[in-house]
Amino acid sequence: MEWSRRTFLKVAGTSALGLGFKPALDALAGNAGSKLLKGPSALAAKRWAMAIDLAKCPLSCTDCVAACHETHNVPDFGNPKDEVKWIWREPYGDVFPAQEHKFMGAGWKEKSVIVLCNHCEEPACVRVCPTQATFKRPDGIVMMDYHRCIGCRFCVAGCPYGARSMNFRDPRPFIKRVNPDFPTRTRGVVEKCNFCVERLEQGLPPACVAACQEKALTFGDLENSAAQIQELLRAHFAIRRKPELGTHPQVYYLV
Amino acid sequence: MYDAGKIIPGVVIFIGLMTFPMWLGRSAPPPELPINTPAIQQLGEKKCLEATPYMKANHMELLDSWRNEVVRDEKRIYVASDGKQYEMSLSHTCLGCHSNKDQFCDRCHNYEGVKPSCWNCHVAPKEKA
Amino acid sequence: MLEKALVGDRKYWGWLAFLIVVMGAGGFFYLHQLDYGLGITGMSRNVSWALYIAQFTFLVGVAASAVMLVLPYYLHNYKAFGRITILGEFLAVSAVIMCLTFIIVDLGQPARAFNVLLYPTPSSILFWDMIVLNGYLLLNIVIGWTVLGSERKSVPPPHWVKLLIYVSIPWAISIHTVTAFIYAGLPGRSFWMTAIMAPRFLASAFASGPALLIVLCLILRKVSRFDAGRQSLQMLAKIMTYALIISVFFVLMEIFTVFYSNIPEHMQHFRYLFWGLEGHHALVPWMWSSVTLAGVALLILLIPRTRQNETLLAVASAATFISLWIEKGLGLIVTGFIPSPLEKITEYFPTGPEVLITLGVWAMGFLILTILYKVVVSVKKESEA
Repeated sequence: MEWSRRTFLKVAGTSALGLGFKPALDALAGNAGSKLLKGPSALAAKRWAMAIDLAKCPLSCTDCVAACHETHNVPDFGNPKDEVKWIWREPYGDVFPAQEHKFMGAGWKEKSVIVLCNHCEEPACVRVCPTQATFKRPDGIVMMDYHRCIGCRFCVAGCPYGARSMNFRDPRPFIKRVNPDFPTRTRGVVEKCNFCVERLEQGLPPACVAACQEKALTFGDLENSAAQIQELLRAHFAIRRKPELGTHPQVYYLV
Repeated sequence: MYDAGKIIPGVVIFIGLMTFPMWLGRSAPPPELPINTPAIQQLGEKKCLEATPYMKANHMELLDSWRNEVVRDEKRIYVASDGKQYEMSLSHTCLGCHSNKDQFCDRCHNYEGVKPSCWNCHVAPKEKA
Repeated sequence: MLEKALVGDRKYWGWLAFLIVVMGAGGFFYLHQLDYGLGITGMSRNVSWALYIAQFTFLVGVAASAVMLVLPYYLHNYKAFGRITILGEFLAVSAVIMCLTFIIVDLGQPARAFNVLLYPTPSSILFWDMIVLNGYLLLNIVIGWTVLGSERKSVPPPHWVKLLIYVSIPWAISIHTVTAFIYAGLPGRSFWMTAIMAPRFLASAFASGPALLIVLCLILRKVSRFDAGRQSLQMLAKIMTYALIISVFFVLMEIFTVFYSNIPEHMQHFRYLFWGLEGHHALVPWMWSSVTLAGVALLILLIPRTRQNETLLAVASAATFISLWIEKGLGLIVTGFIPSPLEKITEYFPTGPEVLITLGVWAMGFLILTILYKVVVSVKKESEA
């Protein structure tokens, strides 16, 4: 048979495609289902949220920051360029720039406020993530899948609150004390507060809430009428960061 | 075929060179992996989650599906084919028994030339041979 | 036809060798970046997109500008463009390959880039960008190669190419619109939250693309015997002029909206760019240079006598290209992050490795462009002989 180069290439290409068919099918097939269950003592909710009582939060206390960053192996790079942080203090005027004026009392001008990921009801970061590495759980928590993140930082650009940090370097050498019960991250992925899902699974409140000695942080289910957070929000006036942007943030600041 | 006299022997030699470890028998045998860690010795029934041949062939896929189920589907408990329940955790469950990571996991991975990136993030518990 | 790129004089090979050296330097530092992480660049927690993404944004515009040759020729029978549509299409190929490379280079976990295909996310603009960019690349490769191949064999191109060409026209518009959507829909970035982001992108694309094409045609005339023809160069110049005017007009529209409304959040970014903000003024000299270059270009282009002088036209084209590169390739991306959502000003300065990686990618693009143009010039020399 007279085989021209062209014929050979056509046959080779088609064979390669054909040979790749079964592995592709296998890759797409799921596991032969074994049963999978949730943890037995997991806390469940329809809409997790947090309330921060600004009056109770002492000016330069960072107990919640330390607890969170220690529990979750958040690195300390020591410079603002590479900085990674999940929860931290910011001056009131920077957090609520629209709610600041010249005649505020010194108490407000110097006040610093705890900021973290707001776990928005309609998060911009989830909308823009090209791989669904950040996604919204049914209970409202905006979660990170570090296995899938490609480090494109579209979510960082999308977040109106500056809540997300990119690992521009390998964080391992910069973690003071590695908590062996929680993974670290690696260079090239974006991270943020996860409302302590691993603690919620064990029936524990988030690390920041547990660490706050003034009980300024309240965490609960907004759809549970018995939850303390609902009561707090009904009794006190609360503001949220940049509510006009349509993200419906779920961190409420009681003023 | 044009130049068949050169091409066919060339292809045969190429295939021969590329496959010589298989037919020359010079390739090193796979390593024997020690499984007598203190944790395993304390086990009543010396059994992994599933049968050893299954684990050898499928532990990568198992871990891959675990990481999606834990992170994305909020599942924590794996029910094995014999009905026993295990926490889906590389560091706690797998390395709980196989606490000799560099004798057990790494030796085989090095042999196969595989570099799983799990340990870039997941913290390996302290070695207990 | 690629074998035609293997035949060339010393200057040709010298140019390719230079490009390969620059690519090598870029590659070396990219390996470094893979090891250290993106922290090797000037990017920071607050300015998380910078030089790489800015180059990608600018080059999508250059790629889209091929439509400025294809549309007049194929839709309106403007015969003078007939010889050079292939140059536009191959420029698009080179530019899109550079775009995709810049995106890969910017990823924190490039080995996982395939996840964008494995887990399609229609709500994400990056997903659509991947589709339209790769589609446009494929379109231009197939169209360019087929049309050139037909010309070489002195036969008319096959019928189905016409369909692909017609598809490529709105597709070119779409690639830059989708790229603009990456920025224009983000609620927290008021610098980018403007409805005219896509129109601005298109206007500056249709100015910077033809500018580059004019310069490339003039170079081709010098180094080979391929002459694009005076008429096509003049038409490209006119297209460039109108696009530059519209581009400048759009920027002025932004400035009016921002300053007349007096909304601090919107004004801050423009203040930072043109006057500096709270002592930070790294981009101010760049922006005013961009303005000056655009002014010089417009002066030359608006007067017919100077526009028709091909030396001055080259100057105007270079000025246009550089002015728009500064505006889009330096000013646009970084300023979106300054000030940050928490009102912080973190300035951005590219680092040495970052610049070398960037130059390496540009060199790769010019290498591809040189090889493709060599093929075009050789084929046309043969077929027109």
